[in-house]
Amino acid sequence: MTGVIPILRMGDVLLTTVHVELRDAVAEAFQSDVLLALEKRRARGLIIDISGLDMVDTYVARILAETGRMAMLMGTKTVLVGMRPEIAATLVRMGYEMRGVHTALDLDEGLELLQKLPAG
Amino acid sequence: MSIVVRSRREMPIETEDDVLVVRRAVRDLAVERGFDAFASAALTTAASELTRNVWVHARRGTAVLEDIADGDRVGVRIAFRDQGPGIPDLDRALAGGFSTARSMGLGLSGSRRLVDQFQIETVVGEGTKVEILKWKGL
Repeated sequence: MTGVIPILRMGDVLLTTVHVELRDAVAEAFQSDVLLALEKRRARGLIIDISGLDMVDTYVARILAETGRMAMLMGTKTVLVGMRPEIAATLVRMGYEMRGVHTALDLDEGLELLQKLPAG
Repeated sequence: MSIVVRSRREMPIETEDDVLVVRRAVRDLAVERGFDAFASAALTTAASELTRNVWVHARRGTAVLEDIADGDRVGVRIAFRDQGPGIPDLDRALAGGFSTARSMGLGLSGSRRLVDQFQIETVVGEGTKVEILKWKGL
């Protein structure tokens, strides 16, 4: 793993927490680390915890959505958890639609959602 | 409207780090002035979009943060200036259409929806100025 964002394995799900500001180099390393981990672990699902982010602008949103779409190409569903209410409000007001990721309130619900989503 | 500027801070936008520095300064100011979580997130996100635009498209510019008041209302006004390429199809950019630089389209139109006042002046080949204002709210 080359970047600063840790990726943990929980059964056939990968869990990662974005706890730092996503800037170009950090974002790129994050995405490649995620994809390499997906390949190595053959994970069915990816959960990205963004509860530590107090701001998501279109740049961050794009990185997250892109990561979801990249994971999808590798056969993995992605769920974003922990989105703060003010971030959800801001993204909708801006008119931004995040495509490529599902969302759930917290980790428990995220895992539940992954169970329910059709495989593949 | 008679706006009083209570404090003013000029910040450079010359590195990617500056984008984060400006964003944090905006958040700190909003919190200090008593903006609630929603208003603070809106202002900070708009500022982040506009600062990033300066960094990505002009590579160099300034953000001027003003702590303002108008009678009982308190707010934050921020002016972003650069001498970059300017925005060629402003109407389209403001409508949220993707221009050749994909990142700019939604950031600009999105920011406008997050603030109370939004003014933009741009001349192709000379530069751009964007000024936003958000009141604290009730």
